[in-house]
Amino acid sequence: MNGVREHRFDLLRQMLLIRRFEEKCAELYTQQKIRGFLHLYIGEEAVGVGVIQALRPEDAIVSTYREHGHALARGISAGSVMAEMFGKQEGCSRGRGGSMHLFNAKKRFYGGNAVVGGGLPVAIGLALADKMRRQPRVTCCFFGDGAVAEGEFHECMNLSALWKLPVLFVCENNRYAMGTRLDVSHSQTDLTKKAAAYSVPAAAVDGMDVVAVEEAARSATERVRSGEGPFFLECRTYRFRAHSMYDPELYREKAEVEEWKKRDPIPALIRSLETDGTKVDADVAELERQVAKEIDEAIAFAEAGTWEPVEDLLRFVYSDKGLST
Amino acid sequence: MTYRDAIREAMRKALKADDRVFLMGEDVGRYGGCYAVSKGLLAEFGPERIRDTPLSESAFVGAGIGASLGGMRPIVEIMTCNFSLLALDQIVNNAATFLHMSGGQFNVPVVIRMATGGGRQLAAQHSHSLEGWYAHIPGIKVLTPATLEDAHGMLLTALQDPDPVLIFENALLYNMEGELPPDAGPIEIDHARVRRPGRDISVITYGNSLWKALEAARTLAEKGIEAEVVDLRTLRPLDDRTLVESVSRTHRALIVDEGWRSGGISAEISARLMEQALYDLDAPVERLCGTEVPMPYAAHMEAAAIPQVTTISAAVERMVASHG
Repeated sequence: MNGVREHRFDLLRQMLLIRRFEEKCAELYTQQKIRGFLHLYIGEEAVGVGVIQALRPEDAIVSTYREHGHALARGISAGSVMAEMFGKQEGCSRGRGGSMHLFNAKKRFYGGNAVVGGGLPVAIGLALADKMRRQPRVTCCFFGDGAVAEGEFHECMNLSALWKLPVLFVCENNRYAMGTRLDVSHSQTDLTKKAAAYSVPAAAVDGMDVVAVEEAARSATERVRSGEGPFFLECRTYRFRAHSMYDPELYREKAEVEEWKKRDPIPALIRSLETDGTKVDADVAELERQVAKEIDEAIAFAEAGTWEPVEDLLRFVYSDKGLST
Repeated sequence: MTYRDAIREAMRKALKADDRVFLMGEDVGRYGGCYAVSKGLLAEFGPERIRDTPLSESAFVGAGIGASLGGMRPIVEIMTCNFSLLALDQIVNNAATFLHMSGGQFNVPVVIRMATGGGRQLAAQHSHSLEGWYAHIPGIKVLTPATLEDAHGMLLTALQDPDPVLIFENALLYNMEGELPPDAGPIEIDHARVRRPGRDISVITYGNSLWKALEAARTLAEKGIEAEVVDLRTLRPLDDRTLVESVSRTHRALIVDEGWRSGGISAEISARLMEQALYDLDAPVERLCGTEVPMPYAAHMEAAAIPQVTTISAAVERMVASHG
C-alpha cells in the first residue's frame, strides 16, 4: 500500500470511529446511560478529521458543543470521552463537563464550549499568547454557521486580523443554526465574504470531502503558522441527525436530508479508494472490526468507571492553591 | 501619590518583573487610560505589552482569558463596570467555568480591572455598582480596594492568583491622595479589616463608602457614639469571621453599599450575620444601599440615590438609640 492510500485508509478509520462511536452514543442515550444534551456530528466527520490532520501536537483546538468528532480526531481516547458522557471521574473532564464540555490539557483541547460564538474570543487569546511568546503555533477554532451571526464572531474577525493572530477559524456550515436555515438568519449567505470584509483571508471547501478539507486546511495552517495572521475556512457540510436528541426536525424536509446523505463522506472516501478498480470491502470490514473493538472497550471503560465522591463537589471552583470558598 | 498612581505603580512593577504580564483595554495606550491610570506605560513598555483594543469588550476580555490559558498574565481594563456587561458571556460562561468544566485541567489566571460607582453625574449607563452581582458567581474573586495600599497590593496579589480576579476601582477614589509604604508589595486578599475600632455598632462597607463611613464615625464620636468601621475589601469570598467577630463586640450592624438593595451584597451579608451571629445582635441588621432607581443625572437626585455621610450618621444614631 502506498503512502497516499495508507493515509486515506487512516482518514477512513477516523471517520468510521466517529460515526460508529456516535451511533452507539445515540443508543446509550435511549438507554439513559448518557444524559443531558447530546449533539451528534454524524454527516460532518470529514470536516473535523480533515482539519485536524493539518494540525501539529503543539497546536490548540477550541471547539463547540458538537465536539465528539473533534476530540476523537485529536486523539483523545474514546474511553475517556465515553466515560465523560457517562459522568464518570475517569472522563476527560472528570464528569464535570459531559458531552458538551470535553477538555484535554495534553492534547491542548480547550473545550467543548456550549455558548454559540463564545469560543472565538478564547481562541484569539490563545493565539495572542503564542504570538507574544514567539511560538509558531496555530489555534484552530471550530464553530458553526450560527456563530457567524453572533457579535463575538465579528469582534474576533476584526481583532485577529488587526493583530495578525495565528488563528485558523473553521466554520462548519451545516446550513442550520439549530432549526434556523442559513438564509433565514443571514443577509449574506456566502460566509467567506463576512470574514473577507474584516481582511481575514477566506476560502470555502466541500465539507463532505475529507481529502479536500485536509488539503485546504494544510494550506491554511501553513499560512497562519508563517505569521500572516488568521484564516477563515468555511467547510460546507450537513448534519444527518437531529440537532440534539430532543429535536423533532420540523424545520427541514426528509427529502433534503436524503439528498445530502448521497454525499455521505464515508462512502465517498471508500469510492475514491476503488477508482482504480481495486476492491476494498475486506479492508473496510477490517477497519469496522477494529473500530467496533475500540468502541466496545470504550464502553467497558466507561461502565467500569467510578463516580466522583459528592464530598468533592466544591473542587475545581478555584484552584487548589487558591481560595476555597 | 494618588490611588491612580498606586495602581499604575503596581502595574509597572508587575510589567517589569514578569514578561508574561501585559495590559489591554480601550484607550489604555495612546490615550493613557480613560481615568489616566495607565498614563506613560505605553512609552515605557511599548505597544506589544500596552495594547489599545477596539471597542469589542467581549473579544478583548475573552482574549485575556485565552491568553491566560496560553501562559500569559493579562491585565484587562474595562472602562466602567456598565461596559463589562458586554463581556458578561466571557466572564461568567468562560472565565468562571473553565477550571470546573475541565475537571481541574485549565485554570484562568486573568485579572480584569474596571471602574465602578456613582457620584460624578454620569447618569444611568456609567455609574452603577455591579460588583455585588459579580460576587454572586462562583469561580471568580471580587476585590474592591478602598485604600492606596490595597489598590496597589491587591493588584499584585491578583496577578499571582491562579484564578480569575475582578478588581473594582471606585472612580471617585482615583484622585485620592495618600502614601504607599516603602516596602509596599502584594497584600493578602482573604480578610476584611477593621479600619476604625468602636464599641457601639459595626458599619460594614467597602470602596468609596468606606471613606463616608469613616467620616460619619468621626462626627458620631463627637456625640459619644463609637462606630466600628469594617472594610470588606473582598466581596467574594466574603470573610465571615471578621464580620461576626466585629458584631459580637458591637451587637449592632449597618451594612453600607452603593449597589441596589434588592438581592445585593448587603442582603447576603445580612443573611450571614443572621445565620452566624443572631444571638449576639441587640437590634436587627440594617442595610443602607443605593436607591432602586437607574442613576439620575441631576446632582441632587444622584446624591439622594447613594449612601452619604449624613444618611450613614442618621442610620447609626437611630440604630444605637434603639434598644432592640
